Amino acid sequence: MKGSLIIVSFFVIGILCGVYHLIPFDFTQSKLSYYALGALMFCVGLSVGNDSQTLKKVRLLNPGLVFLPIMTILGTLAGTALVSIFLSNRSLTDCLAVGSGFGYYSLSSIFITEYKGSELGTIALLSNIIREVITLLFAPLLVKYFGNLAPISAGGATTMDTTLPIIARYSGQGFVIVSIFHGFIVDFSVPFLVILFCSI
Amino acid sequence: MFVMIGLMLTGVLLGYLLKKHKLSWIHKVITLLIWLLLFLLGVDVGGNQEIINGLHTLGLEAIVISVGAVLGSVVAAWVLWYRLYKKRKKEDIA
Repeated sequence: MKGSLIIVSFFVIGILCGVYHLIPFDFTQSKLSYYALGALMFCVGLSVGNDSQTLKKVRLLNPGLVFLPIMTILGTLAGTALVSIFLSNRSLTDCLAVGSGFGYYSLSSIFITEYKGSELGTIALLSNIIREVITLLFAPLLVKYFGNLAPISAGGATTMDTTLPIIARYSGQGFVIVSIFHGFIVDFSVPFLVILFCSI
Repeated sequence: MFVMIGLMLTGVLLGYLLKKHKLSWIHKVITLLIWLLLFLLGVDVGGNQEIINGLHTLGLEAIVISVGAVLGSVVAAWVLWYRLYKKRKKEDIA
């Protein structure tokens, strides 16, 4: 939660700098954010490839739970497609691109800004932060009405870090490995799906 | 766009090859880059009058999308939960 607050404050400080023109040179014309994004993608790849623990733990799972990330992805896309009906000024693919962030607000909003502009990028940032907050706040209710796997699906890509403690608390310690595995797979799908929906 | 995915996959391969060296500093670099990029997104948003004026509508749209995403995913999770655990328990009782 502390991490999220810091990230949000950087965004807010950026907005203030933009509103009051505190930065002398024009970032939007420079390719700085493009190069920084490239560096970020490379580093994310490095951290995934370098972490042998996650890959080893996958073998200890109940085989049926392998389908959980797929359920999360399909459920999210179906839900987002459904609500896109109510958002008359957003296209189906725009909504799907935002939904494909799965709570991974930093990466998805950066991508969507790069390919679809800062307006949809801002929606992606807010929407995916809200998803994480909903998971943190409503985990106990989700377990009660939708079973122990629900907070993991709701958490999307965040279930291997920020929402892991709350999942361990309300779904049970036995679901920690599932949660990490789930976060790992969904996390990895974010750039692919976001780019896919931004390009069609 | 494929440049980005290519960069990530190169990273995965390189990270795997360097498995013997714990690249623990990488998470700090990732955090710093995320801060930088969100700051830049903020600057972009702040400099755009139309977005600033429409921030409350954008927020509302964001909430609608998140609620749809969460409900869709928890229903899907419930289906899997039911198939893997509930159904099996009922069969055990019978």
